[in-house]
Amino acid sequence: MTTLARRQGRPGHSLADYPPGDLAIWVFILAELLAFGVLFAAYAITRLKNLDLFNEMQLTLDRDAGALNTFLLITGSWFVARSVAAIKADHRRASANFLLAGIASGFGFLTVKYFEYSAKFAAGINLDTNTFYMFYISLTMFHTLHVVLGMMILGFVWNKARRGEYTARDHHGIETGASYWHMVDLVWIILFPLIYVMR
Amino acid sequence: MQYKSQAVSKPYFIAAMGLFVAQILFGLIMGLQYVMGDFLFPHIPFNVARMVHTNALIVWLLMGFMGAAYYLIPEESETELFSPKLAIALFWIFLVAAALTVVGYLLVPYATLAKMTGNDLLPTMGREFLEQPLITKIGIVVVALAFLFNITMTVLKGRKTAINTVLLVGLWGLAIFFLFSFYNPHNVVRDKFYWWWVVHLWVEGVWELILGAILAFVLIKITGVDREVIEKWLYVIITLTLVTGILGTGHHYYWIGTPEYWQWFGSIFSALEPIPFFAMTLFAFNMVNRRRREHPNKAATLWALGTGVMAFLGAGVWGFLHTLAPVNFYTHGTQITAAHGHMAFYGAYVMVVITMISYAMPLMRGRAANSNKAQVVEMWGFWLMTIAMVFITLFLTAAGILQVWLQRVAASPMSFMDAQDQVSMFYWMREWSGVVFLIGLLVYIWSFFIPGEEKAKA
Repeated sequence: MTTLARRQGRPGHSLADYPPGDLAIWVFILAELLAFGVLFAAYAITRLKNLDLFNEMQLTLDRDAGALNTFLLITGSWFVARSVAAIKADHRRASANFLLAGIASGFGFLTVKYFEYSAKFAAGINLDTNTFYMFYISLTMFHTLHVVLGMMILGFVWNKARRGEYTARDHHGIETGASYWHMVDLVWIILFPLIYVMR
Repeated sequence: MQYKSQAVSKPYFIAAMGLFVAQILFGLIMGLQYVMGDFLFPHIPFNVARMVHTNALIVWLLMGFMGAAYYLIPEESETELFSPKLAIALFWIFLVAAALTVVGYLLVPYATLAKMTGNDLLPTMGREFLEQPLITKIGIVVVALAFLFNITMTVLKGRKTAINTVLLVGLWGLAIFFLFSFYNPHNVVRDKFYWWWVVHLWVEGVWELILGAILAFVLIKITGVDREVIEKWLYVIITLTLVTGILGTGHHYYWIGTPEYWQWFGSIFSALEPIPFFAMTLFAFNMVNRRRREHPNKAATLWALGTGVMAFLGAGVWGFLHTLAPVNFYTHGTQITAAHGHMAFYGAYVMVVITMISYAMPLMRGRAANSNKAQVVEMWGFWLMTIAMVFITLFLTAAGILQVWLQRVAASPMSFMDAQDQVSMFYWMREWSGVVFLIGLLVYIWSFFIPGEEKAKA
């Protein structure tokens, strides 16, 4: 239905355009959200049982780095949303450039993460340090891998976009990539307060 | 059959069925030994019967995968096989090596076999499922590499599709992870750790890619649904498989001496492993419901749907049953594991190989489908085997629950052997279900000998 409506060149926000992007990416997104959901639930339950340890260890995290990364990812999502809006207006060059800006935000995120992890690992912290750090490392690492995957997807879409393969009528691929990237952002928006901030 | 060279898969399928019968016979011998400990002793001790039962399964499934690949790859790549002669030569090498290995298991004490085959040079034997002598293992690698060379060259010179790419990745993964069977460190924890890289990353990793590719191929053929749709499902399924299955390896690392975090990784990711299997069930039914043609081969359709359902039940549900660390603390290494193992192997891999055989064999014999009578008999085989396997699984699950209770939970726990005596009734019922399974298998094989054909309608 969705592709049919799009091929007929019906722009706008009709129900036939929902969900944006490929249905397959939504199956994947839901599975990813489920996996993160289970991980967050496991974290929450374990935290309840080790409240003091978790509260104490949370203070040792670099909250500024986390906040900076939140800013970077939200900005990245904004760029990607601008890219979708641009292609709908058939601004192909702008759309590709916005995608590139989204990818650049991803690189920014990875750079901050690199310094954050380096500091932790230099302090001798690893998965065995304690339960809190086990969760901190595995949850953030798992998310970081998704950032990398998201950047790869955006990179693939950008490559097609810069060659002008998307148009106002046919931009299925951009919406697909954007949907995935927003998922990566959404997970971080929950992960950051959950692990770095909430007490 | 569109390409002449696809015919090389025929001997593979026939040999696979022969080994399947052998596997079931040894299964019945072992099943009886559970309740009559000295049955056939000292000629076929339990450990030998078990080795033959499990190794025959692995070898015939590999035969089936290779046969399936030789049939599927030329048709997907739209070109003849790179070298049909190589495929036939490899068939005989593989078959003779497998036969010699089984003869070795049966005729020579295992320790002597180890000495005779150079296990001192590079000790790899004595580990569950990897019992094969060093020379057999090397033989497997050589055959696998030559096989991969043959099919990879075929794909390279022909059309590349999602299906043949996924199949190639799965088969290459199969060969690569088998290399860990040569790594046998002294440290028992390390040994077990990497042993699972063969065992788990096969059946809950790369084999699932092979399964998905074969199922997708057969579904395209029998339903006529657009390749675009089927390939999209295939991508989703394999992504879910890899996301859950790779870290899901952790569910084997709970109690072997690895760090505690594996209990978390293993529990969480393996709890999600049923998702790709459920997606496969939806996939199979969805595609058959949206079919654009009435393929005359109803039996193959039944096997394809059966794979979707039984793989989900056996691998997904029965796996989930004991995958969480707090549950596995009690159920580890009991008959619950055996119940899961039986239904998962049958539902996922046995059935997908038979799906392919059921689809391809009539075509290789020059007909669109077997006669109606032959198909009815084949479907009897399907139902007898499948229902028997459901009962085997249920009885083993009952035995397992009782065993866990008596041996590990009760106020005054019993010893292993005492608990075994208490569950013997379930072992008897399992054995009789096994007899029904053998009958189902024989009925299935009989269906090949019923002549006549069904013509394509659409």
